[in-house]
Amino acid sequence: MAAKSNITGMALCLFLVCLVCGGVLGAVYTVTKQPIEDAAAAEALAAISEVLPEGGEISSVQQAGGMEYYTSTSGDEVKAYAVKSTAGGFGGPITIMVGVLPDGSIWNTRVLSHSETPGLGAKCTTDEAFISQWKGYNGSFTVKKDGGDVDAITASTITSRAYAKALAQASALVHSLEGADADAASGASVKKEEE
Amino acid sequence: MAGKNLSLITKGFFKENPTFVLVLGMCPTLATTTSAINGLEMGLATLFVLVLSNIVISLISPVVPDKVHIPAYIVVIATFVTVLQLVMQAYTPGAYKTLGLFIPLIVVNCIILGRAEAFACKHGWWESALDGIGIGLGFTATLTVIGIVREILGSGSVFGWKFISGDGILAFVMAPGAFMVLGYLLVLFNKIAKK
Amino acid sequence: MEYFLIIISAIFVNNIVLAQFLGICPFLGVSGKLSTSTGMSMAVCFVITLATVVTWLLNHYLLVPFGLEFLQTIAFILVIAALVQMVEIVLKKVSPSLYQALGIFLPLITTNCAVLGVAITVVTKEFTLGGSAPHMFGLAESAVYAFATSLGYGLAMVLFSGIREHLALSDVPKPFKGLPIALISVSIMAMAFLGFSGIV
Repeated sequence: MAAKSNITGMALCLFLVCLVCGGVLGAVYTVTKQPIEDAAAAEALAAISEVLPEGGEISSVQQAGGMEYYTSTSGDEVKAYAVKSTAGGFGGPITIMVGVLPDGSIWNTRVLSHSETPGLGAKCTTDEAFISQWKGYNGSFTVKKDGGDVDAITASTITSRAYAKALAQASALVHSLEGADADAASGASVKKEEE
Repeated sequence: MAGKNLSLITKGFFKENPTFVLVLGMCPTLATTTSAINGLEMGLATLFVLVLSNIVISLISPVVPDKVHIPAYIVVIATFVTVLQLVMQAYTPGAYKTLGLFIPLIVVNCIILGRAEAFACKHGWWESALDGIGIGLGFTATLTVIGIVREILGSGSVFGWKFISGDGILAFVMAPGAFMVLGYLLVLFNKIAKK
Repeated sequence: MEYFLIIISAIFVNNIVLAQFLGICPFLGVSGKLSTSTGMSMAVCFVITLATVVTWLLNHYLLVPFGLEFLQTIAFILVIAALVQMVEIVLKKVSPSLYQALGIFLPLITTNCAVLGVAITVVTKEFTLGGSAPHMFGLAESAVYAFATSLGYGLAMVLFSGIREHLALSDVPKPFKGLPIALISVSIMAMAFLGFSGIV
C-alpha cells in the first residue's frame, strides 16, 4: 500500500491541476462568451435577412407552436416572418430558415443544418432548380410523386419530402399567427394579402 | 543543435508519421477528411492541442506523482480542447460546425496522450513543443493529403476549386471511400518506405 | 415502436464504426482474433451504456442547471475515466471470471472515442426517427441508443474479425499485408452497410 503522505500528495496534485485548469477555463469562457454569442447572432441574422424581403425591422426571437420565429416589420405592420423549421430527412433532421409572407406563401429558404447523403439529398443546399421553385411558392407542399406540385431532387424524394414538410410547418405557423392577429384586428390580414 | 531541432520537426512527416507509421488517431483521420480543407482544419486543431499539452505536460511531469499522471494529463488535455472549442465557436463558427463532434473527441485522440507519455514527460518544454509541432504538422499534412484525394475522387475539386462539372464518385466522400483511400495510401507509403 | 427504430438505426443504419467513424483504433487493434473481439465488444457494451447514463444525468442535473455546458468535454472524460477504473475494481472483486475475460480491455476503453462520442452525441444532437418530430433524447432513449450503438460496435467487430482470420491465411501482396488490406476490407463492409441507409 502506498504511504499516507503519498495519497495526500496525489490528491493535492490532482486538486491543484484541476484548480488551475478550472481557472483557465473560467477565464477563457468569460473572454469568449461575448464573441460566441455575437457569432451565433450574426449567423442567425445573415440567414434571416437572406430569406426575408429587404427592408423592415427584424424582431428578436419569438416562440410559437414549438418553433422559433422572427418578424420583419415596417411601421406597425408585419411584412414577413422568418421561421426556423425542422423536419426529419433521410440522414437526420433538416433545419431550414423559411421566409414566409403573411398570406402563407414562401419568400425564400435557406438550409441551416442537415445530415443528408453527399451528392444526393445534400443537393437541397445547391440544386438551383429545386431551391428556386420555392420563391413565391404557395401550393400543396407535396412532391409530385405523392400527387403534389413540388419537383423533387432527383433520387432524393425523402429529402425533398422533408424539405416540403418543414416549409409547410412554417407556412401553417404563419397562418395560425395571422389568424390570431386577424381576430385581434379584423381585416388586417385581408389587406396584407392584397399587397 | 539546429539539426536536432529540425529532425524533431521533420520526423512527423515520414519517420514517425502518426497516421501511417504509428497508426494513431484513426477516427478523425477517417471522419473529417471529406475535403482537403476539412482535413487541414482538423489537423491544425489537433496541432494546437498537441503543442500546448506537450509543453504543459513536460513542465508539470516532474512534480506529478507516477500513479496519477494519466488523470492529470487527461485534465490538461481536456482543458486545452475546451479552450479550442470556445475559441473556435467564437472566431471560426463555420469550421466548428463542420468538424462537429470530432473537436471534443480530440481529448481521446491517442496521438496526444501517446506523445505525452512517450515524449513530453521525459523531455524539456522546448523539445516537447518542437515534438508537438513536428507530429502535429505530420498529422495535418497526412489529413490534408487524404482530404485532397477524397475530394478529387468524390467531388471533382481541390480545396473547393471544381474542375469537373457534375458529381464525382460519391462513395469517396462517404464512409467506404474513407477506409479505401486510407488503405491504398498506406500501401503506397509502405511501398515507398520499404524501398 | 420508437425504441425499435432507435435500435435498428443505431445498429445498422448509423453503425458506429462503419458510418460514424468512432472507436476505430480498438476496432483495428484487437479485431485480429474472434475471441478477443467478442471480449472487447462486451466490455465496450457495458461501459458505453453505463457511461452514457451517468453522463446524461450529470449533464441534465448539474451542468445544464448551472449553465456549465462548456465543461461537457472535460467533465465527461473524467467521469468516463473514473467509471472505467471503478468497473475494473468492482469486477475484480465481484466476478473474477468476468474480469479475466474483460479485464485487459478495460484500460483501453478510456481512450476509446466511441464512449465519449456517444455520451456527447446524446446530449447535443436532435434525433428524428420514423418521421417523428426532432427532439433530444430522454434518459431511457439515451440508454437504449447507447446500448444499441454498442451492439452495432460488437456486430461490426465480430464480423470484421471473422474476415481478418481468413485474411491472415490468404496470400496478400506484400505492401498490402496487415493494416492496408484490413482497411480495404472495412471499406467493402461499409459499402454493404450503406445498403441499410434510409430504412429508418
